[in-house]
Amino acid sequence: MCLAIPSKIVSIDNQMATIDVDGVRRQASLMLLEDARVGDYVIVHAGFAIQKLDEATALESIRLLRQAAGLAESSKSRKQD
Amino acid sequence: MAIKHAAEYRDPEIARNLAARIRRVCRRPIRLMEVCGTHTMSIFRHGIRSLLPEQITLISGPGCPVCVTSQADIDAFVGLARNPEVIVTTFGDLMRVPGSGSSLQREKARGADVRVVYSTMDAVDIARANPDRPVVFLGVGFETTAPTIAAAVLHARQSGITNFLVYPAHKIVPPALEVLASNPEIRIDGFILPGHVSVIIGLEGYREFFDRHRIPCAVTGFEPADILEGILALARQIESGRPALENRYRRAVSDQGNPKARALMQQVFQVADAQWRGLGTMAGSGLVFRKELAGHDAVARLGIEPVPVPEPAGCACGQVLAGIKTPPQCALFGKPCTPTQPVGPCMVSSEGTCAAYYRYGRHEGA
Ligand code: SF4
Repeated sequence: MCLAIPSKIVSIDNQMATIDVDGVRRQASLMLLEDARVGDYVIVHAGFAIQKLDEATALESIRLLRQAAGLAESSKSRKQD
Repeated sequence: MAIKHAAEYRDPEIARNLAARIRRVCRRPIRLMEVCGTHTMSIFRHGIRSLLPEQITLISGPGCPVCVTSQADIDAFVGLARNPEVIVTTFGDLMRVPGSGSSLQREKARGADVRVVYSTMDAVDIARANPDRPVVFLGVGFETTAPTIAAAVLHARQSGITNFLVYPAHKIVPPALEVLASNPEIRIDGFILPGHVSVIIGLEGYREFFDRHRIPCAVTGFEPADILEGILALARQIESGRPALENRYRRAVSDQGNPKARALMQQVFQVADAQWRGLGTMAGSGLVFRKELAGHDAVARLGIEPVPVPEPAGCACGQVLAGIKTPPQCALFGKPCTPTQPVGPCMVSSEGTCAAYYRYGRHEGA
């Protein structure tokens, strides 16, 4: 019911968004979000986008995760995107 | 893009490293409860228990909305399905939950008009297409789902759809934590807090609970590294003797959560006492309609009176939900209770603890 994988908004018509989850298109209502735009990544629960994901925070989370795992300095550290 | 795939959260090297750190930090036996059913599933699916040192016991909590729905409510759902006037709409998880005498699925097989929907908006569409019949959505869920139901109610009201009704059986999570933290029989050293309930209520939604109990808490996501990172955070808090309310799911959860979702929820519902399977009636743990929107309240409009009934004989769901028993400690587990022939809701729902043990953990023992 709750897609933990972030979905990308590909179009918006009124309060309804078409979202892309790993290549699959679905509909999600935007009634629970303030300011969703095409291109945003959102978490979808039971047909509603419930949260917008902020890219900077997502990248920072990954950096902290690698640090928690003691891998911050590892050669595998990914700096792209 | 990292935000999309977040492969790091499934990276076995990261998982192994986190597990090694947990092993180093954790010196004495600790008991952690994962409150949310989606966490329970993820812990089994990814074999998290096998990565953890044996000092750590993970206990599954009451975080499966279908499972905590009282038997009286389940029977009332079946009663609604038996009313030939009514169209019942629901998420799929409820269909096979056994009531005292029947289930929604059995009623549907007998000709009842029960329709599984993907979203509450689909239920509003059904109401629009059937203006002469009451269309009742079975409102089961926590803070993640309640705003989607509130949004559907407001949408129906704005569109003049008066035959869209909701049976409000929603529950809210923090009052349940209070009861669990105060129960000496459960002995919890730390809580792995739910991810998507937290998206809505934010880290601050737990502040009062945390300040009262000073018990280690961490909000985490659902990937293996998310869960391990949360467990590491809890182990550190416990070992250092410094409990905290930590957010380990920052990419989705903020301090304040989703204020718009909460505002819609508060516009439609107000907090009330609610009865949970296994945990009993808890003050302020449910949501009922506000007077202004009572026209959409199925209980008021259709005059439903849930009758208290005993839970299925021999089913230990109540104790499983409270973390007092593990499913294999139930005499019916696996025989006769299985996902195809469930005795209790914990074996039905995709988020149910008994279903998780049955599907993934039968060989792990208790
Ligand atoms: S195994 Fe079946 S009967 Fe036993 S607690 Fe779980 S759902 Fe109830």
